[in-house]
Amino acid sequence: MMKPEPLVYEYSVAGRNAHAQCPVLQNNVTLIPSEYLRTEAPALPELSELEVVRHFTGLSKRNFSIDSHFYPLGSCTMKYNPRGVHKLAMLPEFLRSHPLAPETTTQGFLQCMYALQDMLADITGMTAVSLSPMAGAQGEFAGVSMIAAYHRSRGDHLRTEMLVPDAAHGTNPATAAQCGMTVKEIPTDSQGDVDLVALKAAIGPQTAGIMLTNPSTLGVFERQIPEIAKIVHAAGGLLYYDGANLNAILGKVRPGDMGFDVMHMNLHKTFATPHGGGGPGAGPVACNDRLKPFLPIPRVMKNDKSYCLTSQADAPQSIGRLSTFMGNAGILLRAYIYIRMLGKKGLVRVADHATLNANYLMMKLQAAGFELAFPKRRATHEFIITLKYELKTWGVGALDFAKRLLDYGFHAPTMYFPLLVPECLLIEPTETESKQVLDKFIEAMIAIRREAETDPSLLKTAPHTLPVKRLDDVRAAKELNLRYRGSD
Amino acid sequence: MSTVPDELKFTPSHEWVRIEDDFAIVGITDFAQTLLGELVYVELPDVGDVIAQGESCAVVESVKAASDVYCPLNGQIIEVNEELADQPELVNDDPYSNGWLFKIQMDNPDQVEELLTPEEYQKQVAEEAH
Repeated sequence: MMKPEPLVYEYSVAGRNAHAQCPVLQNNVTLIPSEYLRTEAPALPELSELEVVRHFTGLSKRNFSIDSHFYPLGSCTMKYNPRGVHKLAMLPEFLRSHPLAPETTTQGFLQCMYALQDMLADITGMTAVSLSPMAGAQGEFAGVSMIAAYHRSRGDHLRTEMLVPDAAHGTNPATAAQCGMTVKEIPTDSQGDVDLVALKAAIGPQTAGIMLTNPSTLGVFERQIPEIAKIVHAAGGLLYYDGANLNAILGKVRPGDMGFDVMHMNLHKTFATPHGGGGPGAGPVACNDRLKPFLPIPRVMKNDKSYCLTSQADAPQSIGRLSTFMGNAGILLRAYIYIRMLGKKGLVRVADHATLNANYLMMKLQAAGFELAFPKRRATHEFIITLKYELKTWGVGALDFAKRLLDYGFHAPTMYFPLLVPECLLIEPTETESKQVLDKFIEAMIAIRREAETDPSLLKTAPHTLPVKRLDDVRAAKELNLRYRGSD
Repeated sequence: MSTVPDELKFTPSHEWVRIEDDFAIVGITDFAQTLLGELVYVELPDVGDVIAQGESCAVVESVKAASDVYCPLNGQIIEVNEELADQPELVNDDPYSNGWLFKIQMDNPDQVEELLTPEEYQKQVAEEAH
């Protein structure tokens, strides 16, 4: 078993340093006025270069990541991102380009971005795309701001309410609130679809729109989407599509064709950027003609033979800028390269295999005795099991299974989300795992279930093989301790 | 099995209501706190807030989830349980007394009739727990 890696401060020895990395002060000359200079040196760790390398290599060995472990974290799409994509996006011509460089010198990059706008419009069935939002939540903010701007432009000031099904991503109500709207929750029926009776009761002249994740976070495809679109549009509202689960429908069905007006995509989930470590992400927003004038700037335009970025003058109704430059340019490049590598046919196969893997896993786990949250529904790219029975019978729930999976070398699935299903695990295998890996995961789940029956304490105290044992997450949340204050 | 006191009224979204003259005391049920697990944070409305029935007016957060608390009745908040700022776990330890969330001056006492009886709530819990 690996021991916990000490903090870098704990290796510190006074006076030790790494000269090769140390900037040399020339004759102590500085332009900073002396009253602003420190009188004491900051309390930084003092280590040799080799110690620093060993420390961080040691930490990296303790990572649970897609490069080393199966990572079925539902609703996150933790798939493998081809190294080739990374390699091409790191070409020095891209890396060394300055964001303020004249457009005549960045035509290659702009051409890629122009093509990416077109590809994403084609994939989503929308007519226009802005690449600049820098994460999923910012993409949502852009989309809902566009809906608000649209209603305002028509003098329709009473549309202040956003409908959000209770199976939506948690960011959806947060986005609507951030945009100054009141959130109205719409319940889900027992089969995981939106409750149409409740929808009809909630809708009215105050409705700005509805935010839907489809497939929803319940791991099922919303089957009444044409009817929902009809109801919302008839009432004068617009439809927002949360593209977090786009992996399941690539090339199969398009949000624009389902009746959605605007959406965002998490490029860092579906289009080949490693994520889960806090970014960077990219959340381009796509829309139909109705909302096109409101898209954030800059977008890439083509004039005759050259490309340029749009400004407020080109788009006077735009909601404005969401980033100083062209969004997270490197992430956008990776998405462009990934789409070019796979091609249209390849993208369809992504959806095919993502859903096939999820359904295979789901049926095998059901056969092994696990209870499915929606046994009558086919899985999308993810599905939910509920461990209510295991908790009631043996006293071990979703948390205990999740922790024990770590001992078996698997990253835990998403747990206790969505909130609608008690003791749930939300499992998303993605298209990049082989049948052999899925079978190993199934074997582990079966073995853990057997342990739950014969030796539940083994689960209650898991993990046993990691550098740290079961953490007290309640205490960690209540008594935040985030700062090193010295050894004494 | 979670407890459901006889003298209280309930909502389908797991709030309990104790009627006192013209005001009501509101909290979350034993069943709700068991599902959430140990609370780490409680966000309460401000005294003086005017809130409509069904409106989200507080948040209870555990390591598993952050959940909205919905106001069972129309009215104005007259007092909130300040103790919960430092001891959110009171909701877990004692959901029906020390773990109360807020007191609300009722605008429309007729709404009390719309709330669930202990028997009705018990039945709902039994179905959900199944």
